[in-house]
Amino acid sequence: MKIAVLVKQTFDTEAKIILDVNGKISSSGVSLIMNPYDEFAVEEGLRIKEKEGGEVTVISVGGQQAQDALRQALAMGADKAVLVDQGEAELDEYATATILAKAISDLEYDLILGGFRAIDDGSAQVAGRVAEILNIPVVNVVTGLEIEGGKAVATRETESGSEVLEVPLPAVITAQKGLNEPRYPSMKGIMKAKKKPMDKKTLADLGLDDGKISAKVKALSFSLPEPRKAGKVIPGEAAEAARELARLLREEAKVI
Amino acid sequence: MDFSIPEEIRDMKRTIRDFVDNEVDKYSQQIEEEDKIPQHLIDQAKEMGLFGMSIPEQYGGLGLSMLDKCLLLEELGRANMSFTTLIGAHTGIGTTGIVEMASEELKKKYLPDMASGDKLGAFALTEPDAGSDASSMKTNAVLKGDKWILNGIKHFITNAPDASVFTVIAVTDREKGTRGGYTAFLVEKDFPGFSIGTIEKKMGLRGSHTSEVIFEDCEVPKENVIGEVGRGYAGALRILSKGRVALGARCVGACDKLVELCARYAQQRIQFGKPISSFQAIQWMLAEMATDTEAARALTYRVAWMVDQGLPVVKEGPMVKMFASEALARVADKAVQVYGGMGYMKEFPVERFYRDARITRLYEGTNEIQRMVIAGRLLKEFEI
Ligand SMILES: Cc1cc2nc3c(=O)[nH]c(=O)nc-3n(C[C@H](O)[C@H](O)[C@H](O)COP(=O)(O)OP(=O)(O)OC[C@H]3O[C@@H](n4cnc5c(N)ncnc54)[C@H](O)[C@@H]3O)c2cc1C
Repeated sequence: MKIAVLVKQTFDTEAKIILDVNGKISSSGVSLIMNPYDEFAVEEGLRIKEKEGGEVTVISVGGQQAQDALRQALAMGADKAVLVDQGEAELDEYATATILAKAISDLEYDLILGGFRAIDDGSAQVAGRVAEILNIPVVNVVTGLEIEGGKAVATRETESGSEVLEVPLPAVITAQKGLNEPRYPSMKGIMKAKKKPMDKKTLADLGLDDGKISAKVKALSFSLPEPRKAGKVIPGEAAEAARELARLLREEAKVI
Repeated sequence: MDFSIPEEIRDMKRTIRDFVDNEVDKYSQQIEEEDKIPQHLIDQAKEMGLFGMSIPEQYGGLGLSMLDKCLLLEELGRANMSFTTLIGAHTGIGTTGIVEMASEELKKKYLPDMASGDKLGAFALTEPDAGSDASSMKTNAVLKGDKWILNGIKHFITNAPDASVFTVIAVTDREKGTRGGYTAFLVEKDFPGFSIGTIEKKMGLRGSHTSEVIFEDCEVPKENVIGEVGRGYAGALRILSKGRVALGARCVGACDKLVELCARYAQQRIQFGKPISSFQAIQWMLAEMATDTEAARALTYRVAWMVDQGLPVVKEGPMVKMFASEALARVADKAVQVYGGMGYMKEFPVERFYRDARITRLYEGTNEIQRMVIAGRLLKEFEI
């Protein structure tokens, strides 16, 4: 089983987002982590490999820093990594997916895994677009996965319950929290990761250029959420205060 | 001088910090209440390879230098101190003797299981009547045929109730005293005549178990002598001297955690309409805590580096143990002060750190003994 896992380096969940003078999100001083949903995907890939045999390749589009996320996946047990440096190109989901699909089409693959969304932009588009470009099925937001006889049986959450789907391989499956509990890399794994292959590519190496991936979506502006306002304490007897609370919720907050 | 940390070690530090802050911390309260570390945390630490930190690669360990090990122990020091002690005592005093002095056969037989954490190691030197003055120990060993027969009681032995492999120091020739009269033995918990006595109730370190170890005609195979017969006292000192630097690193980690907790809490806690972090009194405490931490870190790194260079650290090892444990005492005390009454409540981790920090000035040689060693060496260096 040849498994490719899409991995993105994102801001730490605890990072404080600030905008720079140009109104863009500033990454200076922010610690970066592997997108937590991608961690589920890597873990699932490793579990399938450990059961079925095979190979796990992790792929990322990003600058030098994205190597940290790839190295983490290698330390967890992935076999090799591919990093595509987009250089100066501005990326949207279309561009990222185009690059990833191109990089994957140079590999052999039976299964492509990824997080269902990245915690930074949260657009939840890239994996689906990759499937579309490669013309293979996709199952999103998966919390259970079985591989058997050239098929994937995936459990996904829906609003009112869950459904079980079967798709032929190769397919793209995106991971939701609950799919598994990702392992911590072992210290030995971290030592070994250094020696595993990390294939660094440019857009030109993939036969792509800025024109072929020019972004179709442009972010016009970013704004930070309003700071939370101080709460309001309603004094008085409990019964009376509750009445006042209900009135305020109805008339001022307009939530009931 | 280059203070940068290699990428590989940085990755390891980040992984351990992630594990400690996000996983071990979740169970800290439970460990306090149940006096027990959940097995799955121990299993995870095993899988991560944390029990093999001081063991060479050829026996299944990580083969780290002292400095690299300190860089990792620093992260472990952030955890509930019983968890740190479980791993720290094993990778320190519990395995050092075997790694540095045992025969190739003993290393091959014991180290792989110790590196994986399947067998926990402990070090038994102290006795009821032999604490700071370890040489007054009574536990003795007599050679009978191809076995040494051990008799005596050790006490205050960290990890003893959970350990399988003990490095035990016993008298083999009382006449010879510290020059040739003591021997180190590798004793398994299943050897005939070995038993665990009273498990102590302690001020802190809940989850870490400390007990008596009793030898009643305990039979130890002849080949289980660690190093040479008669070289056990020097061996014990050597084991302890390495442990001192590692203990320093653990203290630095605990300081780091407390500084972080306090810097955050001080900005959240509002009094007189302002965060308490806006008061100079609190700021000064934070500044002193952070400075103590960095000073302890710098000393620990430097002496760990000296160990790796093969330089003698007779004076410097004790300096690390003394300074870092006292820095932690100052930091933990201020942490309680920054938290105010909340710092006295079991709901918050500073109360636990304050109690647990106290042990670091006592074990692996009290700080008075460290001062004696430092001064003794100093006076020799400048003898007139
Ligand atoms: C939780 C815990 C875990 C431990 N784990 C281990 C272990 O794993 N293995 C092990 O072998 N031991 C262990 N110990 C024992 C520890 O190392 C001893 O407690 C320590 O060395 C002090 O000995 P003592 O308790 O007998 O105190 P004492 O030696 O009785 O000291 C009492 C006081 O007198 C001071 N003092 C003694 N002699 C002098 C002197 N010459 N000059 C100035 N002051 C002096 C001491 O500094 C101290 O303040 C542990 C102890 C504890 C509490």
